[in-house]
Amino acid sequence: MSISNKHFAPLARLLHWLMALMIIAMLFIGAGLAASVSERHEWLLNLHKPLGIAILLLVIVRLFVRFTTHQPALPADLPAVQVLAAKLSHVLLYALMFCLPLIGWAMISAAGDPVMLSSSLQLPSILAANPSTFAFLRKAHTYLAYLLFFTVLAHLAAALLHGWVRRDGVLESMVRSKD
Amino acid sequence: MVDQLPPVRPVKAALSPTSVLLRLAGIGAVVAVIATTFFYVNGTLDAERLRPKTLVNALERNNGVHPGYRRNHAKGMCVIGYFESNGNAQPLSRAQVFEAGRTPVVGRFALPSGNPYAPDSSVPIRSLALRFTQSNGQQWRTGMNSMPVFPVGTPEAFYAMLQAGTPDPATGKPKPDAMPAFFAAHPETAAFLQWVKTAKPSASFATESYNGINAFYLVNAAGQRQAVRWGVVPEGQDAAGATAPNDADYLEKDLVQRLSAGPLRWQFNLTLADAGDPINDASKTWPASRKVINAGTLVLQSAQPQNDGECRDINYDPLILPNGVEGSGDPLLAARSAAYASSYLRRTSEVDQLSQEKRP
Repeated sequence: MSISNKHFAPLARLLHWLMALMIIAMLFIGAGLAASVSERHEWLLNLHKPLGIAILLLVIVRLFVRFTTHQPALPADLPAVQVLAAKLSHVLLYALMFCLPLIGWAMISAAGDPVMLSSSLQLPSILAANPSTFAFLRKAHTYLAYLLFFTVLAHLAAALLHGWVRRDGVLESMVRSKD
Repeated sequence: MVDQLPPVRPVKAALSPTSVLLRLAGIGAVVAVIATTFFYVNGTLDAERLRPKTLVNALERNNGVHPGYRRNHAKGMCVIGYFESNGNAQPLSRAQVFEAGRTPVVGRFALPSGNPYAPDSSVPIRSLALRFTQSNGQQWRTGMNSMPVFPVGTPEAFYAMLQAGTPDPATGKPKPDAMPAFFAAHPETAAFLQWVKTAKPSASFATESYNGINAFYLVNAAGQRQAVRWGVVPEGQDAAGATAPNDADYLEKDLVQRLSAGPLRWQFNLTLADAGDPINDASKTWPASRKVINAGTLVLQSAQPQNDGECRDINYDPLILPNGVEGSGDPLLAARSAAYASSYLRRTSEVDQLSQEKRP
């Protein structure tokens, strides 16, 4: 094994890119289903629920990988404010990846609806049925999804800034295993 | 922990200011393309698209906003009972509800309007929504109406019908020529118009038949699918007087009175489609000769006021179905599911205001 200190572990990179695809797909699926009355609404909803639970499971694996593998250092010349922005935005990304599927699960429970991942695969309810709780969670699900979308966009813009302008190896640390 | 190792950076030629600007513009372009696509998908940049909120806003325009109430079929009552399956539908569907035995039901009788104070005699249509809760936790929800067909077959036509019924701000009433013009432009409304000609506001919820109207597929243990429409037919209920009493809320009184004398029963029937019958169009009838299977008996035992009854917080989404029942390609099913979700969020947000609205 000759993995450089400047790169994320292969498993961390695999999880990052897999979840990047899933989360971006999920954001567009959610936005599309909430704005459609066509058959697309049903089709997207049936994708949204199992994909959300898959993301919830993967983020747990990913947090474990995050704390047990080597994290490449940020460049020493990165201004302190950008270091802080990087750290806070990563905390926010992890928190949203974890909370959004849980809120989705909780809001279906609070509506008193069966939590169906397919026509026969059912998850237990995690909250008692309550209309005010449902309304709060349903709105939180939307607002936090927008927050996640904008955080993902900022994350992408920052990654490209590192890769195209600063050219400091930060983007490469997630793209490649070697220089 | 992030190690603070001194980075060993390969020496790269410095970028010219123009090159930096171009690269920043490239990043901006990537972000802009993704954001624009997202705001197109969520409908913000696609003003023409029929969205769930478009339909619910139209209902609110036509009926006013009554906080905490459903945006359509706003006036109603909860009912509690069970479905006693006779097992006859088991060869057609593997759903647990069709195995012989009882499944608890929470239902709701209602009038088809967004006005919770509409007089019972104002429309000749009554509705019955049901939620069956199977012992395996899966649910079946359905909303049925006393008419045999829906006026239109698509959400777009339904929206056009709502628009034709929108009050003119000048008079507070819909333009008199708007609805006739809508019907003229929508020949698919013919079957509904034929029915409505002779339909009268019934004096009781108990004497009505209720029809699921939209088609669904039953799927049996072997995976075979059969398109069906379902409905309930009253069993030996005493006919009420031919004309409705002169009171705005006689249906509730009648229902409570009848239930105090004993449970009310309906036969639960499944009408099987033949090849070639319209599966995806709720505005079209099926020939009367189609095979009908009696799947059991719906028994309603008690009623509750809707503002604190068990049905209040149930969204009778027609696509909440048990394994063994599937939605058809009828475009109204997805539209109902999507619009009900929008209405449900609005009214659950306002549930605390339910007792506060003053009755006009």
